[in-house]
Amino acid sequence: MARFTKTMKSLAATALGLALAGAALAGPAEDELVIETDDGPVRIVTKTAAPAFLADTFDTIYSGWLFRDDTTRDMERDDFDNPAMVFVDRGMDAWNAAMGANGESCAGCHQGPESMAGLRAVLPRVDAESGKLMILEDYINACVTGRMGLEKWGTTSDDMKDMLSLISLQSRGMPVNVAIDGPAAHFWEQGKEIYYTRYGQLEMSCANCHEDNYGNMIRADHLSQGQVNGFPTYRLKDAGMVSAQQRFVGCVRDTRAETFKAGSDEFRALELYVASRGNGLTVEGVSVRH
Amino acid sequence: MNSHLWRVSAMVTVIATPAICETAPKDVSFAEGAVEASLTGVPGDPANGVKVMTTNALGNCVACHQIGALPDVEFPGTIAPPLDGAGDRWSEAELRGIVANAKMTFEGTFMPAFYKVDGFVRPGDGFTGKAGTEPLAPILNAQQIEDVVAFLVTLKE
Ligand code: HEC
Ligand code: HEC
Ligand code: HEC
Repeated sequence: MARFTKTMKSLAATALGLALAGAALAGPAEDELVIETDDGPVRIVTKTAAPAFLADTFDTIYSGWLFRDDTTRDMERDDFDNPAMVFVDRGMDAWNAAMGANGESCAGCHQGPESMAGLRAVLPRVDAESGKLMILEDYINACVTGRMGLEKWGTTSDDMKDMLSLISLQSRGMPVNVAIDGPAAHFWEQGKEIYYTRYGQLEMSCANCHEDNYGNMIRADHLSQGQVNGFPTYRLKDAGMVSAQQRFVGCVRDTRAETFKAGSDEFRALELYVASRGNGLTVEGVSVRH
Repeated sequence: MNSHLWRVSAMVTVIATPAICETAPKDVSFAEGAVEASLTGVPGDPANGVKVMTTNALGNCVACHQIGALPDVEFPGTIAPPLDGAGDRWSEAELRGIVANAKMTFEGTFMPAFYKVDGFVRPGDGFTGKAGTEPLAPILNAQQIEDVVAFLVTLKE
């Protein structure tokens, strides 16, 4: 129905506008992230070559960290200053607690949380046995219900986010390396379709903001590429942890759309697709954003 | 949890009782993207147009556009062309069409359609994240569109 009626006049106007907007365009910060931890410094890759499937879209992918202001970036440079570490500690307490119906603890079966190193970097992935696309929340709940005899934890509950924080931290500094082929391929295609669909009364897709306009300001917000390598993240605005699933809910709701639920098939597929756009960045474990 | 870009409480959603000669969203006729006739027949109020354009809960045009004539707006966006000189580049009818449904002028544009009530993918009930029922209330009512247009025509260079 919409006809392409852009006149020469409007083309000229747009070109002029873009030139002006270009002057104000603020790209990612020129900065490096090395985190001081109890075990020494950990270097985070916040900028790297885009994965092959994005070659026509981006040359370079960037962590959201590079789009935050100096103060916020600084909070992630040292675990001592990172407010998310409180939630990691809470996750550690839960890990060791004999909370199962018969007194089981995560530690009882898995030893220390470092047994989870590398896991966060390859999720979401298709579970070989069930063929189900699994996000970290699904693995945790499988043990909580199936191996500890407890009620399932809410996808965005505090218990869940504390544990996501602890387990994600074990992969800090490891490159994101999510499989997109084989059994993952059709979930990935589904996630991709969601990424490019313009939802809601504002008719906006993830790509409209995070692909076409990253680096630009949408009012006071500096748009990043919407990467999930930093998740879960401590969000200053919420004074609490936010998981990737929760962030998706917020971003879709902001388009005046009916969102999908956190943990839904749609958002799990979307997390796979979005995570794969960050293949090559490293897991930040627990990041800080505003 | 979200960035409150266009967040409005459901109460602010405009459900104007149509005036006698008001053109309903579905009845607007676009010619090459332009809308010739006023949507209300009542002259627009440019001062209120400014309010609509700079209020998050209403037009929030400044989320994307800079406007030199409104230097007090904090943190205008850099996504879209600055609106300075829009009144030179476009006729009143073209501006009305752009504000009502910019997709009729710029195919596939990122700019939202402010006077459109259906044909959405997963339309929501405002910013609640819950399902909405089409036809939705338009983001701006007819008089607000006229007020915005009345301000835009003054943007001469
Ligand atoms: C009764 C023993 C038991 C308990 C208790 C238990 N798990 Fe597990 N967990 C397993 C087994 C067995 C597997 C599947 C085999 C594997 O990958 O280690 C598993 C798998 C996992 C995985 C996926 C690991 C991977 O690499 O695929 C995660 C994550 C996990 N558990 C987290 C937890 C958490 C968090 C708790 C505590 C809330 C917990 N588990 C409690 C036995 C247990
Ligand atoms: C109207 C614009 C808009 C749309 C559409 C949008 N987002 Fe966002 N998103 C934002 C803003 C603003 C932020 C906060 C600043 C930033 O990191 O870009 C954000 C942040 C994010 C972040 C956090 C990045 C980080 O490192 O902290 C992720 C992930 C994200 N969005 C994913 C998505 C996905 C997936 C979609 C589609 C379902 C989407 N967004 C749609 C505006 C948008
Ligand atoms: C989400 C971002 C966004 C919002 C919000 C937005 N616009 Fe736009 N607007 C654009 C873009 C992008 C263009 C460039 C057209 C294109 O897509 O080629 C544009 C173009 C225009 C133009 C024509 C450009 C020119 O020559 O001046 C006018 C006029 C305009 N917008 C007015 C408005 C008004 C009035 C509002 C608020 C009621 C508004 N816009 C809200 C993104 C936006």
